[in-house]
Amino acid sequence: MTATTTRSTPTHAFDIGHMTKGRVIPRVEDETPCIEVKDLNLFYGEKQALHSINMVIPKQRVTAYIGPSGCGKSTLLRCINRMNDLVDGVRIEGEILLDEQDIYAKSVNVADLRRRVGMVFQKPNPFPKTIFENVAYGLRLQGVKDRRTLDEVVENALKSAALWDEVKDRMHDSAFGLSGGQQQRLVIARAIAIEPEVLLLDEPASALDPISTLKIEELIYELKDKYTIVIVTHNMQQAARVSDYTAFMYMGDLIEFGDTNTLFTNPHKKQTEDYITGRYG
Amino acid sequence: METKNLSHHISRQFNEELEDVRNKVLAMGGLVEEQIENATAALVSGDVEQAEAVISRDYQVNALEVAVDEESIQILARRQPTAGDLRLIVAIIKTITDLERMGDQAEKVARMAIHLSDMERPKNQYGELEHLSDRVRKMLRGALDAFARMDAEAAADVAHQDLKVDSEYDAIMRQMITFMMEDPRNIKRTLDIMWSARALERIGAHARNICEYVIYLVKGKDVRHISLEEMSKKAR
Repeated sequence: MTATTTRSTPTHAFDIGHMTKGRVIPRVEDETPCIEVKDLNLFYGEKQALHSINMVIPKQRVTAYIGPSGCGKSTLLRCINRMNDLVDGVRIEGEILLDEQDIYAKSVNVADLRRRVGMVFQKPNPFPKTIFENVAYGLRLQGVKDRRTLDEVVENALKSAALWDEVKDRMHDSAFGLSGGQQQRLVIARAIAIEPEVLLLDEPASALDPISTLKIEELIYELKDKYTIVIVTHNMQQAARVSDYTAFMYMGDLIEFGDTNTLFTNPHKKQTEDYITGRYG
Repeated sequence: METKNLSHHISRQFNEELEDVRNKVLAMGGLVEEQIENATAALVSGDVEQAEAVISRDYQVNALEVAVDEESIQILARRQPTAGDLRLIVAIIKTITDLERMGDQAEKVARMAIHLSDMERPKNQYGELEHLSDRVRKMLRGALDAFARMDAEAAADVAHQDLKVDSEYDAIMRQMITFMMEDPRNIKRTLDIMWSARALERIGAHARNICEYVIYLVKGKDVRHISLEEMSKKAR
């Protein structure tokens, strides 16, 4: 047997090569797009609330919208599951593509769209039902009756929402007996029970105490493996903590959109800098 | 990041905190500058009293470092600064570390001044050390000016002067080696001169570091461990 000796590069006791690679700055362009907003204009009657917004929301990432009150961030968020359809006098131009299909096309069934794009609001809004029935609600609407399936889905949704351990012994109590933070996680569980693709969170933690807020943030981090998450928040530190990408909006314009680290350490636009550092422009 | 922007926060208290910590850094820089100047003067003139004054004053530099560090940490904890404000605090925390080291080097020069005071003085009255000291002090002054005015290009220019410091230091080394070879009785004195030159050279390098922090502060770009040419490009 002839042994061929191959000379390998010497290994060092402390191999730190992998630690010394510079931070890779994530770029939206390199991500798989989930939602594409194209030339979106929105008018409330005469007043234009969004000015030709163009952006790509990447799949299975957390994208945060920040900006002062009235800048249009909630309006834009609500466009993604057509919540603005319910507001009188709203006119929308341009398109929003979800998986390359225009959600404003005539053929789109809005109920079906909202099943794919779930939404959670600032104030927890559980239904006046039991904890179990709240989470099972969407499935029942879809006609699921099998008890075993319902049990399983409810349990999984509550586990995903990090609420299961706290409520498993009182599944048939009223949801109103839960604390605000628990109610908000229940609402998130309700939203993910029907397995949407996208979760829209409109100020999901602004009515909660700091601990509940951290739980929601932790939950967002866990959920992004499965869902594309878009969050509107007034709390900039929260956007910095939870999001991969951040969009800064001002007076209906998208001012800057990019990876969260860069936006919070070295924003390109002065308007962004002034806002996130708390300066008046 | 521009200076005029510094005081435009909605929170006036935050403005004051940033302004205060920034002024302390500049005061600390001024103090270190003075320490270097006095230590060098003591060495050149053989003034032991002046040298001792430098040594006993180093605690003030240290105390300022601790105070600025504390204030910076408070700002981080209470204000969660972002963007330019965050870079300002990071630059400050790093700058004061370098300033404190410079203070230590000045103290070292003062100690050498005491050693050398009872030895025979050279004909040129340590002119080469005085010259090197002037150079690094100018660098420090320039770095602090660039910090105060948030001028990245000026910072890059100051950093370039480090090359001249290095070559002056090398020239002193060569000269001292020659002295020692000429007459071994020179070695004791020569070593002290070499230590002093080394301390001054280090001060130059610390000044260059501060310039790098200024560029980071103004431009948001990390310019450490790259060539001076690249640094200048990034500072523009």
